[in-house]
Amino acid sequence: MPVFVDIHNVTHVYARAEDGVPAVENLTIRINEGEFAAIVGPSGCGKSTLMKLATGLQFPREGTVIVDGKEVGAPVKLAGMAFQNPTMLPWRTTLDNILLPLEIVEPHRSRLRRHKAEYVAKAESLLEQVGLKGQGQKFPWQLSGGMQQRASLCRALIHEPKLLMLDEPFGALDSFTREELWCVMRDLHAAQKVTIILVTHDLREAAFLADRIFCMSARPGRIVAEREVTFPRPRDLEITYTPEFSELVHELRGRIAQARKAA
Amino acid sequence: MKTKNQLAIAPWIFTIGFFVLWELACRVFNISSFILPAPSTILFAVWEYRTQLTYHAFHTLWMTLAGFGLAVVFGLLLGMVLGSSRLINAGSYPLLVGFNSIPKVAVVPILVFWFGVGWVPPVLTAFLISFFPIVVNVATGIATVEPEMEDVLRALGASKKDIVFKVGVPRAMPYFFGSLKVAITLAYVGSVIGEQNASNVGIGNLLTRASAAFEVPLVWASLLVLAVLGVIMYAITAYAERSMTGWAQRSQMAA
Repeated sequence: MPVFVDIHNVTHVYARAEDGVPAVENLTIRINEGEFAAIVGPSGCGKSTLMKLATGLQFPREGTVIVDGKEVGAPVKLAGMAFQNPTMLPWRTTLDNILLPLEIVEPHRSRLRRHKAEYVAKAESLLEQVGLKGQGQKFPWQLSGGMQQRASLCRALIHEPKLLMLDEPFGALDSFTREELWCVMRDLHAAQKVTIILVTHDLREAAFLADRIFCMSARPGRIVAEREVTFPRPRDLEITYTPEFSELVHELRGRIAQARKAA
Repeated sequence: MKTKNQLAIAPWIFTIGFFVLWELACRVFNISSFILPAPSTILFAVWEYRTQLTYHAFHTLWMTLAGFGLAVVFGLLLGMVLGSSRLINAGSYPLLVGFNSIPKVAVVPILVFWFGVGWVPPVLTAFLISFFPIVVNVATGIATVEPEMEDVLRALGASKKDIVFKVGVPRAMPYFFGSLKVAITLAYVGSVIGEQNASNVGIGNLLTRASAAFEVPLVWASLLVLAVLGVIMYAITAYAERSMTGWAQRSQMAA
């Protein structure tokens, strides 16, 4: 499979960083098209910086970032994003929140008004896929945290992005809701063939969802280990209780502990 | 619902109670109506001078609304600029705060040098005194857009303008309407100051002439009319706030 995101030898210092310590240093990571990649690491290791670099929200001081065959020099426009905080706009209904990216990104931006019905149908089918059928007319604050996070996933996917960036999207949810959303995410990935980069603290989450897991070191962040996850797809939640799964999580935990110690 | 009814009649009970107490105090302590007229005396004066009061109140009303309208337009525009540019915000804040600290009564003579006596100084005074809270509130609402929301849109190629109009401005609306309630009452203060010093019409002008002639009941009657107009305009802005930004008022805190 062709490489979709290619971050090569990147060092990045935020303009606002007072100590001048880079957020990431000599970071190299390659993610294939259609792959589900998970990035784990101790807190403050530059995982979010990696996301910003891959979407063109930040440009590296050194090194190159290539996404979909083009060097990134501006926001990439082909990415969808979801964060721990669902950031729904409270004055819009859930449906209108989901349609928001279409008001920004071309070619949808100029088509939206005339083809509204078609886009609404698409949003409603996404809502159905994440288990929010018929909830589109509610305002986000009428939904629970887990439901808002589902809606936020729909918003990230409505414009059919080629790259989906998830920054600890399930971090604030209770463990039952989280596991439900893992399955939603698994099914969305299977259905949409989108490349996904998931940044997470939850090693079980990474092991259950990802094709490959990258461990980052403490700041300045680098990739210190890379691990293929070979469990066959489609995966059932039951695999998280198998010895192989526990072994993988245990191994990852050891890697993170090492990375923390090295800092 | 009992509590809902209580809430609805509470303003009337409190207001009437206040005036009843006032009336009683005047009678019990036998206060001279030159010092503090009783509400009944003031109401009587309102009736007696009703044609004059209506005429002048009408002028005050339109001058206040004109100044307030200017403040809304200018405040929104300037607030949008300040909210979307940290540089302009930082640069112009001392100027704005300094300007706002100047008592507007001191500016009226300058307005008279420029525009002469008439309707312009009261309108401009109302404008100058009331735009500041609007600017500050709109700018704050826009400047405090969640960074994640900005990232979501910027990653899609949204321009600064897209973010300000799709997220910043709607988000600032509760702040904006909140500031209107402050601004409308300030605008009254402004137009009355302007009328007192630089106009031939308006309640402010009437006040100046009544106090020069020691017509104490008329002075109090004018103040009462101003207060009533102020309450009405406040209620209208509060109603506009509720109907435009219901999504922001779902808190159960004050219930």
